[in-house]
Amino acid sequence: MTGRRARAAAAAVAAGLLAGLLSACSPAAGQAGEPSRTVTVFAAASLKKTFTELAHRFETAHPGTSVKLSFAGSSELAAQLNEGAPADVFASADQANMAKVEASAGVEGKPVVFASNVLTIAVPPANPAHVTSLADLARPGTKVVVCASQVPCGAAARTVERAAGVALHPVSEELSVTDVLGKVSSGEADAGLVYVTDTKAAGGTVRSVSFDASSAARNLYPIAALRSSADKALAAEFVALVAGAEGRKVLGDAGFGAP
Amino acid sequence: MSAGHQGHALPGWVTAAAAVGTGFVLLPLAAMVLRIDWPRFVPLVTSDSSLAALGLSLRTSAVSTLLCVVLGVPMALALARDTVPGQRLLRPLVLLPLVLPPVVGGIALLYTFGRRGLLGQSLDLLGVQVAFSTAAVVIAQTFVAMPFLVVSLEGTLRTSGQRFEAVAATLGARPGTVLSRVTLPLVLPGLVSGAMLSFARALGEFGATLTFAGSLQGSTRTLPLEIYLQRETDPDAAVALSLVLVAVAVGVVGVAHGRRGGSARLRTLLSWSRAGAPR
Amino acid sequence: MSLQVSFVDDARGTDLQLDVADSETVAVLGPNGAGKSTLLNVIAGLHRPASGSGRLDGETLFDLGDRARTWVPAQDRRVGLLSQDALLFPHLSVLENVAFGPRSAGAGRSEARRRASHWLEQVEALDLAGRRPGQLSGGQAQRIAVARALAAEPRLLLLDEPLAALDQSAAPLVRRLLKRVLEGRPSVIVTHDVMDALVLADRIVVVEGGRVVEQGTTDAVLERPRSRFAAGMAGLNLLHGRITDVGLAAGSGTVSGSIDATAAAGDDGVAVFRPADVAVYTQAPAGSPRNTFHVTVTDVEPHGDQLRVRAGDLAADVTPAAAAELELAPGTPAVFVVKAAAVTIYPGKPAH
Repeated sequence: MTGRRARAAAAAVAAGLLAGLLSACSPAAGQAGEPSRTVTVFAAASLKKTFTELAHRFETAHPGTSVKLSFAGSSELAAQLNEGAPADVFASADQANMAKVEASAGVEGKPVVFASNVLTIAVPPANPAHVTSLADLARPGTKVVVCASQVPCGAAARTVERAAGVALHPVSEELSVTDVLGKVSSGEADAGLVYVTDTKAAGGTVRSVSFDASSAARNLYPIAALRSSADKALAAEFVALVAGAEGRKVLGDAGFGAP
Repeated sequence: MSAGHQGHALPGWVTAAAAVGTGFVLLPLAAMVLRIDWPRFVPLVTSDSSLAALGLSLRTSAVSTLLCVVLGVPMALALARDTVPGQRLLRPLVLLPLVLPPVVGGIALLYTFGRRGLLGQSLDLLGVQVAFSTAAVVIAQTFVAMPFLVVSLEGTLRTSGQRFEAVAATLGARPGTVLSRVTLPLVLPGLVSGAMLSFARALGEFGATLTFAGSLQGSTRTLPLEIYLQRETDPDAAVALSLVLVAVAVGVVGVAHGRRGGSARLRTLLSWSRAGAPR
Repeated sequence: MSLQVSFVDDARGTDLQLDVADSETVAVLGPNGAGKSTLLNVIAGLHRPASGSGRLDGETLFDLGDRARTWVPAQDRRVGLLSQDALLFPHLSVLENVAFGPRSAGAGRSEARRRASHWLEQVEALDLAGRRPGQLSGGQAQRIAVARALAAEPRLLLLDEPLAALDQSAAPLVRRLLKRVLEGRPSVIVTHDVMDALVLADRIVVVEGGRVVEQGTTDAVLERPRSRFAAGMAGLNLLHGRITDVGLAAGSGTVSGSIDATAAAGDDGVAVFRPADVAVYTQAPAGSPRNTFHVTVTDVEPHGDQLRVRAGDLAADVTPAAAAELELAPGTPAVFVVKAAAVTIYPGKPAH
């Protein structure tokens, strides 16, 4: 008798755990007073601050709607979308990943370029290696970190190197902008090549040293509503907000250039 | 589970739960294998960058495992024999890398060995720069892998008991002799499996290496970093390399077990430890 | 004197003294938890008492007190320890096990093996030299353990229940072996078994509650036990009390018996009688002055061709026929009667 009761209790606990696990996995479940309409936005990690602000404005302007944001590297988001992840809008940090989504998951109409970004030299606040130009990074003994060429910021770094005629010998080719910033802000590296917006977002932990050749690699940010969207009208409205004047203002404040 | 083994039959629900657990571990592996682009597999895994990453991973993991043994065995001995003052406090701290997110471990190492770190500044004066070097990879791997050896060995030391050591002392053996001729041979299986766990952990180490050592082909970009990077442009290559990583890990553990089975001395030891201490 | 040891261990409530003469074997007896193993571990150097001192052949083993802080580690004492478990090193062969002591003492490999072979021969186990401990029976393993302990050339040998883990067929063989090797060698053997004490020991020390309660030659202790434990071991009934002019005042009444010449009225004493001299009745009989005890039977067990009826600390032997007639079973009230002539009264301190 006690054995059976214990088993029943164990089963109940297991079922409860499972239910908790499942509800934790599906963000929509179990929330009271849920808004009637939802738009899910997959956006490049560099857009985190601006899109959070824009999503807030969107919700204020459209009472009863909710914007769900998912931030990650563009290639990761593209891979998720092409594997069938449910989303309404995709904002990429480069056109290559948008092209992948266009070709596989599919978008509504043509993607719209809504912002641009250029590289800058990030240095520790004290600038111990006295970096003032891109050429300074090629000096022997200067520890430079860049992104690996497989990631967009690394590809852009190669482009500006060629445009400026400077050959860098980085001590590390990092996997993401965050890793480059981490090495610079901690002082391990003397300088790193990152986007203007990244140094802005990093606050006072790094300083930005701009250079002329940066315009050789202008990174364009496209946005599009997805074909699989359940609420295409709302998705289109969000795209319009980002690409419109209000979006321009918020993005500009964060350091993004005009499209 | 197999009928050849003696022992009590397990309740059905245990077997069922075990099957679910096994599936949970094996299915993702199978899913990965199914996605492999076999015609491109060999070129993908034999590219310069892949081979460089694999070679670096094997070398650094081997050195890290050695360091784990050199530093971890004395730690396990001290902890298991309750000789450390305040060890109730010390043990969880020493085992911290087990629960610390590897990225945080990397940051902590940066604050220690980095250019502006606790020790790094002094090392810098001596002309030693750890950051962005292969040594940094080894440090990161050792940091995350050592607790596996310490925990595994301490457990074996505690269960192996101190009675054999007491007998050895009454036979006139000095502490050093007791350690080398009694304690260590008795816990050798635990030491081997602890070292294997450490090697596997070092091989898979990603976060701390990324944060602390950087990523440059041939000197700091280990296989897991290479896999992460390949994923940006070529997911097929990432999957192929992951399979190589799994194969290497399985191979190393398999070889260790094979060798263990091959030694008559150890086999006796294992049969004894399975049967329990003589009473 | 070969060994003199005296120590206090607060943590275990132990306060023990033990002397062992040259070539003497002392059996330490007592119930579980009495402190016997603590005694051996202190002598061997495996347990450090709160205070006390120990000397072996005139050399200090330990001297611990307010100021004294001498503690010779186990490996420097040359005190051998043989446990209930053989504890052979499982990763070494039988020969290597026995050679362990000589090797530790600095002997070369071949010399150590030669000495190991010698001791294996002494325990008639040379044919087992190449075996692994896992391939030995319990009796074989214990014989090897004896050889291993002796090969280290101990000045004193300690034996902690060396036969307790062996089955009944193996124990006599190992006991005979111990009898042979302990001859002329100072040793201390902790045991539960009166047989070990009879066969192996010259002298008995009884330990109860962390203190020595009785000691003497094996014969004396078994014939005239002063502690309940020794009496139980010798198969005798024992009552503690105070000696009077007519007997022993014990509990509620007085036990009559023949009073030893050494006893004086007013002393602490014991009354001892054999279970075979106890008659069992259901009601107190009338007649000659006899000692009667109103008891409740706690146990009935076979004892030779008779039955031993236990009632608390007292025991009586009856024939099976008598037991059946009296309907004796645990819980039955009974009267134990013993003639005064069968009771011996002599001095003995009460157990704590």
